Amino acid sequence: MRVTRLLAISAAAATACTLAACSSGSSSDGSTVPAAAKPGEKVDLTFWTWAPGMDTVAAQWNSTHPDIHVTVNKQDGGDPAVTKLLTAIKAGSGAPDLMQTEYQKIPTLVSADALANLASVLPADTAKHYAPGTWQGVTLGSDAVYDVPQDSGPMEFYYRKDVFAKLGLTPPTTWEEYATVAKKVHAASPKTYLGTFSATDAGWFAGLTQQAGASWWGVDGQSWKVGIDSPAVRKVASYWGGLVEQGVIDNTPMYTPAWNAALNNGTQVGWVSAIWAPGVLKGNAGSTAGKWAMAPLPQWTAGGDATGAWGGSATSVTTQSKHPVEAAKFVSWMNSDPAGVAALVKEGGLYPADLPGQAALTTPPAFFSSQKDFYQVAAKVAAGVQPFTYGPNVNVVYSSYNDEFGKATQAKTASAFDAAITAMQATTVGDLTKSGFTVTK
Amino acid sequence: MTVATTSVTTSAATSATPARRRGRRAGGAAPYVYLAPAMTLVVLFLGLPIGYAVYLSFRAVRVSGLGLSRNARQEVWAGFGNYVRSLSDPDFLSSVGRVGLYGLLLVPTMLALLLDSERARARGFARLAIFLPYAIPAVIASLLWGFLYLPGVSPGAFLAERLGVTPPDVLSSGLVLFAIANIGLWGGVGFNMVVIFTALKAIPRELYEAARLDGCSEAAIAWRIKVPLVTPSLILTFLFSMIATLQVFAEPLTLRPLTNTISSTWSPLMKVYRDAFTRDDVYSAAATSVVIALATFALSFGFLRLVQRRAFSQETG
Repeated sequence: MRVTRLLAISAAAATACTLAACSSGSSSDGSTVPAAAKPGEKVDLTFWTWAPGMDTVAAQWNSTHPDIHVTVNKQDGGDPAVTKLLTAIKAGSGAPDLMQTEYQKIPTLVSADALANLASVLPADTAKHYAPGTWQGVTLGSDAVYDVPQDSGPMEFYYRKDVFAKLGLTPPTTWEEYATVAKKVHAASPKTYLGTFSATDAGWFAGLTQQAGASWWGVDGQSWKVGIDSPAVRKVASYWGGLVEQGVIDNTPMYTPAWNAALNNGTQVGWVSAIWAPGVLKGNAGSTAGKWAMAPLPQWTAGGDATGAWGGSATSVTTQSKHPVEAAKFVSWMNSDPAGVAALVKEGGLYPADLPGQAALTTPPAFFSSQKDFYQVAAKVAAGVQPFTYGPNVNVVYSSYNDEFGKATQAKTASAFDAAITAMQATTVGDLTKSGFTVTK
Repeated sequence: MTVATTSVTTSAATSATPARRRGRRAGGAAPYVYLAPAMTLVVLFLGLPIGYAVYLSFRAVRVSGLGLSRNARQEVWAGFGNYVRSLSDPDFLSSVGRVGLYGLLLVPTMLALLLDSERARARGFARLAIFLPYAIPAVIASLLWGFLYLPGVSPGAFLAERLGVTPPDVLSSGLVLFAIANIGLWGGVGFNMVVIFTALKAIPRELYEAARLDGCSEAAIAWRIKVPLVTPSLILTFLFSMIATLQVFAEPLTLRPLTNTISSTWSPLMKVYRDAFTRDDVYSAAATSVVIALATFALSFGFLRLVQRRAFSQETG
């Protein structure tokens, strides 16, 4: 999907990809303790990543660590890089030492035996640098550590404050209010929408259900559980299906030239997005600089502080790396050392997963320069990311989302949204069973 | 042919007997030596990959338990399992149906446009304008058309609105097939035009003149003179268009992120792509590829057999 999107659309989409998919981790299987390089030996490491500015980050590391040289090998994006890595793992050679891995891809890669377990080679206090929900994403709830979190994508609500002021609206704090605001915005101008339900962004919808307390997968002893057909997911689906059915929310995909145009000309006046949104808005809707503001995501229960995550990545060490100890040193430096994290933020424009790094952010992004408390709000929101488990067939499920919700958004009925959930659950369970995974029914 | 034969005979006749004997002896191995580089390349880059794809189509991966431990994944024989699944997949069958419709739409339109190519005004310009899109890669063409199709950015929609008309959404489920066929037509008609145009040029003028003297109408000339004489070229273009139809891929894949109406299995090749690169299931993808390849062969050769006598009767006498 991301590939197509990159091909099909714009630099803005590319930015989104980059930001939505920006971290990688490393791990080596705990069964063997990897050997460190001999003293004085110079180690060369390759690093597959697609985040911007990573070559500069690596250059900073190289200048202070003459014995461990990291070479950045720029990738097209999350999906193609994973395909390449899986091919290299199957072939037995050709994989890099370090790899940027989107959180949702970690189980797939672990299942293909591509990621080394880093538990024995990382500093003992590494886990303390990250929110528990984030850390769970790189351990998969086991004793192993497959990645170190790099950046995260807590979800927030972005809106055109000038339009809101003109219509006398305040940013919605609950989803009920969001629906009311959506109706008012649409009533004020029939071509204007508060947002769109995008059938091409499975990660976006997953994040919204994560906020509502859903987890699409789960581990039950030695078998997988699939929780797509759950009350929380159905609640979110029928909520959005209702808005689309009433016609107060648009039903066209995000990241299309039409969507960019709508952001620019003010016919899309809100965006349920994540912390990396300023970069995307700057690229896709450059003419609206200074007109946007960010607020926490509307809540299901008034006064709540829950949110989901959309995007973000970790850094992995692959099982083919001959130098997992040195690779882990670099990963640890980049993702949890103040100097490394500062470089990530400055050069990569990322929102770091590292908690001290988050606290160190003060100046708002240039596109949001008038919102002085941007990062204070963001840090508060980030603390409310709900736990969520990804399974080993995320790609199957995400492409099923595209197909099923593609049909549902065309049908424009809440019942079609409901049917899409049933279909996705069936596809997911069917695919796991077909491959031989044990699945709890 | 005649010229070549003559020269060979002449040179053979003038050369001395020992030379001829030497030539005969070398004749055993020489063709193979000359063919060896090409054959090696064919085997390495065509034969082996095809063989490997066929092998993969009979394999599958079995995972045990959670699939998270080492060696939890094993490649096993799957027999015809992948084929059964591929042929019984409703998504695959509907993609075949869709592509069938696409072909029914595309191929006749293309040929109809072509037959008239001799009559176009401003011929030089028209020919260039029709041929030029052929030089544009399908992905770029689809991006260009994608912009024209999206109501939010389409100049057509903008103009229509100014005129007070509601433009149809060409990317809606009812019209998206036409939208994609239009891109295929735009890109492909140029190539076919060159083929047919050359054939039409080769028809002696006297034939038209004679027909007109006999009181033949323009339509009758087209039907009784042009069509029979360019039949081989028509068959060639028909065959190419049919194969292109079976392989339609870049256009729907590129338009897909712009709309909700194109599913990830819109065309058979998109299903192959999804299985291999989205689902990481190269085994199913290989099986579906083999099915598509066999269908392409069957259709092409079936069609050729059907029309062979008529089309190539001149050559075979």
